[in-house]
Amino acid sequence: MLENEKDFTMESYLEYLQSKKLMGSKCRDCGEIYVPSRKLCTKCNSTNLEWIRMSGNGKLAAFSCIGVGATFMTDKGYSLKNPYCFSVIKLDEGPMISGQLIGVDEKHPETIKIGTSVKVKFLETDLKGETRVDLGFEPA
Amino acid sequence: MGKLSKRVAIVGAGMSQFGKLFPLKRNPDLWVDAWLNAVKTVDNGIEPKNIDACYIGNYSSDLFNHQGHLAPQMANLVGLSPKPASRFEGACASSGVALRQGILAIASGIHDVIAVGGCETMNEVSTTLVTDTLATASDNLFEYPAGATFPGLYAAVASAHFHEYGTTAEDLMRIGIKNHENGTQNPFAQMQISIKDLMNNKLSKLKKEGKDLPDWKDEFDFLKSSSNPMIASPLRLFDCSLVTDGAACVFLAAEEVARQFTDTPIWITGTGQGSAALSLHDRDSLTSFIATKEAARQAYQMANLNPKDIQIAELHDCFTIAELVAMEDLDFYEKGKAVDAVRNGETKLDGRFPLNTSGGLKSKGHPVGATGAAQAVEIFKQMRGIAERNRQVKFDVEKALTHNLGGSGATCVVTIYQK
Repeated sequence: MLENEKDFTMESYLEYLQSKKLMGSKCRDCGEIYVPSRKLCTKCNSTNLEWIRMSGNGKLAAFSCIGVGATFMTDKGYSLKNPYCFSVIKLDEGPMISGQLIGVDEKHPETIKIGTSVKVKFLETDLKGETRVDLGFEPA
Repeated sequence: MGKLSKRVAIVGAGMSQFGKLFPLKRNPDLWVDAWLNAVKTVDNGIEPKNIDACYIGNYSSDLFNHQGHLAPQMANLVGLSPKPASRFEGACASSGVALRQGILAIASGIHDVIAVGGCETMNEVSTTLVTDTLATASDNLFEYPAGATFPGLYAAVASAHFHEYGTTAEDLMRIGIKNHENGTQNPFAQMQISIKDLMNNKLSKLKKEGKDLPDWKDEFDFLKSSSNPMIASPLRLFDCSLVTDGAACVFLAAEEVARQFTDTPIWITGTGQGSAALSLHDRDSLTSFIATKEAARQAYQMANLNPKDIQIAELHDCFTIAELVAMEDLDFYEKGKAVDAVRNGETKLDGRFPLNTSGGLKSKGHPVGATGAAQAVEIFKQMRGIAERNRQVKFDVEKALTHNLGGSGATCVVTIYQK
């Protein structure tokens, strides 16, 4: 299916993510960009949007090294002694998005600096033979 | 626009014990306890026949207790059947929303008296399930897969606030210490103990076990130690509110009938509600909650008051950072300046501007769906001069405010009270 024929649903965004593409939608009328994609531009009320592929580059805007984690993260072995880093990234194209930040010293959060340049890193989890891709980032 | 068509008063308010009470107490038990305590505060008495409807705030009895459809059950237990009973959900602002809807229903003229309550029994499930259930108030598709938890989301806000304004983990500790200090004076609070006493208890325990004693000069050293684990950096255990079972109940009455119940009604002169994107990443600011700013704007405008007119407030300190951000979003202090008030102690019980005299969510406890109503209970007590122990503020409270925040700031209700 051609990219611009794909409907702007949550599922489309997640399908793209599974194929390791970080996609957004851009309003053809006012230029606003949405990640995850949206069908309705809430800035100018237009439905005239198109898919755009994000560069995956951005800067760290906020983060936390989490010791008491979400169940699926503790199932992966994360714990108080082995925290993971949840992050909010400001993409170069403007929007912000959440993702796990890897390649940093999660046990020493004071070494992680807001404003650090990051790039996308698609994180694979094996779920009984099936691979799930989650959005992640790492220092650029 | 933006005005109530008639005045609405609180004529009675009470809460259940807050704590880790399951299975001794479940929602029905807690709610009846709160109801009975609220009835006791109505000077001329109140009976089910006086009450037109029952509005209950509850976040997630479905997931915590496998029980939905809560409102008719709660109404029935206090003798209100077959009157209308509705449940309201706005995450941790659920009973703030119920309170606001009760106010609006009375102002509309459809009801004269409404019992507004909130309840939550969280300890029926494991801590892991509590964390996952609370996480459903964040974005399930785009935040949760990134590993977001509630402490994690507020911790991310803290990281941005630290970066932008130079706030420190020690500043947040001061907020926790203050709220625990206040909680020692609240017989309904879950943790009626100061951080200093918690530290001393820990030291006594280590001594008894014959272990090496840590070199803690004060409670800050204790709070920076491994005895206060890093739940989600920079937030440690004692930056987080509690997992609590509890309920609260408030009786609202229209101005024509309020004086049947009491000569000293507490008037609600302002109510505001705001919303925001569910995800932190979908908002313009990571250091401020737009839903709070909007709710506050509406409430101040309706009450025709300025932030500086407010004498005391109950703020939604689900995490210590949330109290700090609320102080700024409610325009009590300029952005980035609230920390000065935290450092100079003016928000303590004996300070110029006491905040969270109840002990806040931090020490009183946070049964999420009951919190908004419980904040109104504390304000009612302070304005009536009936706060227990040594918690009563030393001046006459004529203007007060509550701030009830849902999720990571996607719902907010602000209410203003006057004598």
